[in-house]
Amino acid sequence: MTATVSQPLRVVGAAGQRGPLLKIDDVSLEYRTPERVVRATHRVSFDVHAGDRFVLLGPSGCGKSTLLKAVAGFVPPIEGEIRLDGERVRAPGPDRIVVFQEFDQLPPWKTVKQNVMFPLMQARGLRRAEAADVALHYLDKVGLANFADAYPHTLSGGMKQRVAIARALALRPKVLLMDEPFAALDALTRRRMQEELLALWQDAAFTLLFVTHSIEEALVVGNRILLLSPHPGRVRAELNSHQFDLHSQGSAAFQQTAQRIHRLLFDTPAPDPAADTDIADAADIPPRTARAR
Amino acid sequence: MTTIATTTTQSLPPLRPEYERELEPFTATAVARALPLRQRLWQNSGLRRAVILLVLAALWETVARLQNNDLLLPSFLATAQAFIEGLTTGELLNKAAISLTILLQGYAAGIALAFVLTTLAVSTTIGRDLLDTLTAMFNPLPAIALLPLALLWFGLGSGSLIFVLIHSVLWPLALNTYAGFRGVPETLRMTGRNYGLRGLRYVLLILVPAALPAIVSGLKIGWAFAWRTLIAAELVFGASSGKGGLGWYIFQNRNELYTDRVFAGLAMVILIGLLVEGLVFRTLEAATVRRWGMQR
Repeated sequence: MTATVSQPLRVVGAAGQRGPLLKIDDVSLEYRTPERVVRATHRVSFDVHAGDRFVLLGPSGCGKSTLLKAVAGFVPPIEGEIRLDGERVRAPGPDRIVVFQEFDQLPPWKTVKQNVMFPLMQARGLRRAEAADVALHYLDKVGLANFADAYPHTLSGGMKQRVAIARALALRPKVLLMDEPFAALDALTRRRMQEELLALWQDAAFTLLFVTHSIEEALVVGNRILLLSPHPGRVRAELNSHQFDLHSQGSAAFQQTAQRIHRLLFDTPAPDPAADTDIADAADIPPRTARAR
Repeated sequence: MTTIATTTTQSLPPLRPEYERELEPFTATAVARALPLRQRLWQNSGLRRAVILLVLAALWETVARLQNNDLLLPSFLATAQAFIEGLTTGELLNKAAISLTILLQGYAAGIALAFVLTTLAVSTTIGRDLLDTLTAMFNPLPAIALLPLALLWFGLGSGSLIFVLIHSVLWPLALNTYAGFRGVPETLRMTGRNYGLRGLRYVLLILVPAALPAIVSGLKIGWAFAWRTLIAAELVFGASSGKGGLGWYIFQNRNELYTDRVFAGLAMVILIGLLVEGLVFRTLEAATVRRWGMQR
């Protein structure tokens, strides 16, 4: 890494000396529609270190979600390689758990507790009693211990996302992947979820790869932001944002960085500094293309 | 706040005072109250069904009395009497047991084969083509049309009956199950693969529960088809090895012009159908797809 980090983040384990945990090296991705093959990203490289809250930010069509799915192992790169802990990513696996945006990621036939226990037993080989203990511990952390025996269809959207987060954390993946996890939530719930995610990170110090299209969310959630340009996705910049949190949103530095990101992404100044910094609303961008599955 | 330029000719809404209210605990009336007894009773689907059955029975009785010909249409009460008689002598139960034993064997074998076929279909392309081709070929073929062949191959016994039963269950169930598998949301599939599940575990732990509404409806269709096939087979070819089931009972009594017993045999088929629907499938649905919120 050539970029200098002004304030060293806390180093988790010995990973700080070992170099990056996740290495994305010149990765190009393509997806197929019935008519054509579309290039989603072109030779994207970046490194994620242990304990990072690494954000992929860009407008629709920059391939950030496809990139996340490639890290998860769902989409094979057509060139370049993705290495996690030195090992090449080839298939989906429980060391890279994804929290999706969609609410239907929780199997509806399992209660909240069973939903967290299921991968623990299947992927980690825990016995039922152990899995139940771990599940309750993490459900307690996301404030859902009282809903352990409820079925997902009885929960609100925010609660479902909390279960998905608890399930992901309980598995202790090497890297937690989040694909616009709060995009389908209302603004108030979204803010609270961001707050809770940061609290959980303070608590458990996991490594996070987070995809969003909101500049504000990127600045709040991330400590480092990769900016991607659309059609196809290419790296535009990599910035630090560890100095910002939920309380610095109104500050001058926060607004300045937000405008800088806006300029980097669209090569035009933000129309109104006070306006919502949601990229999808703030700029004239082509309609959302079909997402790679 | 309200420094709006007053040069506009447009009239502005008047500035109204703000206000706050202290709310006392709500005591004016009960927040929730029970529904009237009649509405609560009417919400019981068992009761509603019982009413429908009673009306149908009354209608039957009236028509039969007007017709006044026991050979053509015995009355509801006469049928009920023949039915109870059949039960007390044990003949009807005996025949039903024979039919059910063969039916369940064929049904279970059909389910097992359908599962193998659909698992192949979701895991390989050639499996999918195989399923598509086979269902397109055999699903329209009436099971009863295969019975002569089956009798040739497996002889006059339960073997040939089970063969046609499998044929009648396998294709509709495989079609439904496969449609259910294909309808599983992509996010759910990715979640399962994310856990590292694959092969049989992926099918059993993710696809089967996620597709259960479609599978249950396939099981119901298969059950109905199996009954039709069995009764028809027994009617057409009579008893296999001298031990006939319900179809044979109906056929025999028709030959001897005991029309009330024919109706009693039919009633037994209907009753078993209602029981299985009401007890087995309803319980299965209540314990699974309804509880999980996948079906209302």
